[in-house]
Amino acid sequence: MTAQIIPSRTAAEAALAEAFANGKAGLPGAEAVARLRDESFAAFARAGLPHRRIESWHYTDLRTLMREALPIAPAPTREQLESLRKEIAALPAQSLLLVDGVFAPELSGALPQGVTATSLAAALASGRPELIESLAAAWADADDSILALNAALMLDGVIVEIAPGAKIAEPIHIVYATLGAEPSARFSRSLVKIGAGACVRIDEISLGLGGRTGQTNNALILEIGDAAEVGHTLALTDGRPGSMRLESFLVKVGARAKFDSFALITGAGLVRRQIFKLFEGPDAQGTLRGVSLLRGREHADTTLFVRHAATGCRGRQNFRYILDGESTGVFQGKVIVSPGAQKTDGKMLAKTLLLGAEATMNSRPELEIFADDVICGHGATCGGLNADQLFYLETRGLPPAAAEALLLDAFAGELVDELGHQGLVAAYRAEVAAWLAARAKSETRSAA
Amino acid sequence: MLEVKNLNVAIGERQILNDLSLSVAPGEIAAIMGPNGSGKSTLAYVIAGKQEYEVLSGEVLLNGENVLELSPDERAAKGLFLAFQYPVEIPGVATMTFLKTALNAQRKQRGEEELTIPEFMKRVKKAGEMLDIKPDMLKRALNVGFSGGEKKRMDIMQMALLEPSFAILDETDSGLDIDAVRIVAQGVNALRSPGRGFLIITHYPRLLDHIVPDTVHVMAGGRIVRSGGKELADELEKTGYREYAGESEELV
Repeated sequence: MTAQIIPSRTAAEAALAEAFANGKAGLPGAEAVARLRDESFAAFARAGLPHRRIESWHYTDLRTLMREALPIAPAPTREQLESLRKEIAALPAQSLLLVDGVFAPELSGALPQGVTATSLAAALASGRPELIESLAAAWADADDSILALNAALMLDGVIVEIAPGAKIAEPIHIVYATLGAEPSARFSRSLVKIGAGACVRIDEISLGLGGRTGQTNNALILEIGDAAEVGHTLALTDGRPGSMRLESFLVKVGARAKFDSFALITGAGLVRRQIFKLFEGPDAQGTLRGVSLLRGREHADTTLFVRHAATGCRGRQNFRYILDGESTGVFQGKVIVSPGAQKTDGKMLAKTLLLGAEATMNSRPELEIFADDVICGHGATCGGLNADQLFYLETRGLPPAAAEALLLDAFAGELVDELGHQGLVAAYRAEVAAWLAARAKSETRSAA
Repeated sequence: MLEVKNLNVAIGERQILNDLSLSVAPGEIAAIMGPNGSGKSTLAYVIAGKQEYEVLSGEVLLNGENVLELSPDERAAKGLFLAFQYPVEIPGVATMTFLKTALNAQRKQRGEEELTIPEFMKRVKKAGEMLDIKPDMLKRALNVGFSGGEKKRMDIMQMALLEPSFAILDETDSGLDIDAVRIVAQGVNALRSPGRGFLIITHYPRLLDHIVPDTVHVMAGGRIVRSGGKELADELEKTGYREYAGESEELV
């Protein structure tokens, strides 16, 4: 007989249970939503915070890492929102602002024809069953206690709907701003529904607004209609030591649709990014890319579940890490080819440069294939900078630090360049350069 | 001017260069020939500053200054250039960006101003035309996906732009077809000048028909075993390295 181990509830779990019990009456949504919240919280309570014995969380043991659950940030007041006007003045057009997880339409930019944005709270109150179903995102692969916790405690978010056939020239930005005067927690869930044949790019940006630490549990759901073309980027570049960011990204890709996503993670305290991508319709294409640049004791985990449930889809997953200091990187990629998903073409690659003697990379690509006519492959590399390349550059006159910086910039930049869009490439290249400059500066300081 | 004096070099337990001495005057083209494993490439790498070799004793003087204590980039700034037997691919670094970075890094080390963009472009255009390097190649990542000939031409182009006072060509002809050898040789010949010395390392006399050396040295067993003029290369073409095989076995 095997004894079942029931771990005792941690202080963080107890605090979350209390927050849900005390706060649920005030959370938006009618009866069906309240039921969803209850069920979700029960699922979370059963599983508890994910820990190392949960395979998909093996390298990010939240039960140990999350010592306390911070109080949930209250909805921002009108005065607080008004005070942000100056700080957000430089945001690009078509920015949808979420302040501590709450959609602020009054601070958001105008949207072009064919695009609407409403708050999650309003959508939940409207009782539109198809929206609530989309928001529930009840996929088998997405059985995850952090996502369940998000469903239980989602305070707000933004629902963006893009009309079928709409060609949106300029990107739509979802901007996360952190306001709380004290360290606090935020739970938001947003949904972007993209109609068939539409064409759009969604850029997610984070604004620290003062650099306070906190805990964020965000979920973004993308439903991509048939033959739509969707670009997506995410910049997680404002983390601070002690901050915790749990990001769930759920993407359903329709038939013949094209989807391309890129994320940059720098300045992470603790980041867990989990992506659940589902190829629902045949002959779609989907690419996920990501670059994580870590130093100090930062920890960034990217975990993917990519399911090919339809025939003839092409999936590419390409991730790179540069780990300095005592940082920890995690890449887990699971590509599942369902029975009948013939002609699937899937490739996954994770490459890591380890710069710090104390840095750690955990890389685990996996394939589960239940169809017999597919092309699938995966690979992972992990090592230091190539000595021959360094020597070659040095013989051309580059001092060792400059040669190293050039190679690091190239390693990260190669994936950035695949974005194709000139403005995006320049912006993300600048972020990479800024990280390298900060690293060089801290090295100079420690050498002195 | 390059002077190598009584150079002894080991890698791990194995001694590769054995009391090697060699002198190349300004404006001179010296060729080093020798069988596989005689230490030719090691000599090139040690002069350029590769770290995995241990210099047991000896000196390498570039224009009178011992460069063995200098890092590879400092040697480059002093005017040393190594064209690699296998030029390294650098993914993600656009060739044009690299050329500009390298040129300006050396200028900075020498306390000179960075080149203006028009001046840089002018020099690139001139070198590119000489070596049949299309502008499209300069937009691609350095050496990535280049053919063997393209990589070698790119190395010679770098030499043309960096204008070293002394250049070592390590088996630049290996893997090249006849036309590519001719283009590379034309590039090298165009850079001949009274102030610039060359050390050309090769297995085959063929290259020396295109780049005519002033002196030819035979290397075996980690040292120079014979020196002469261009006629020595012609002799080796007929006799091969058999007579030096004993030296190799004895010393390596």
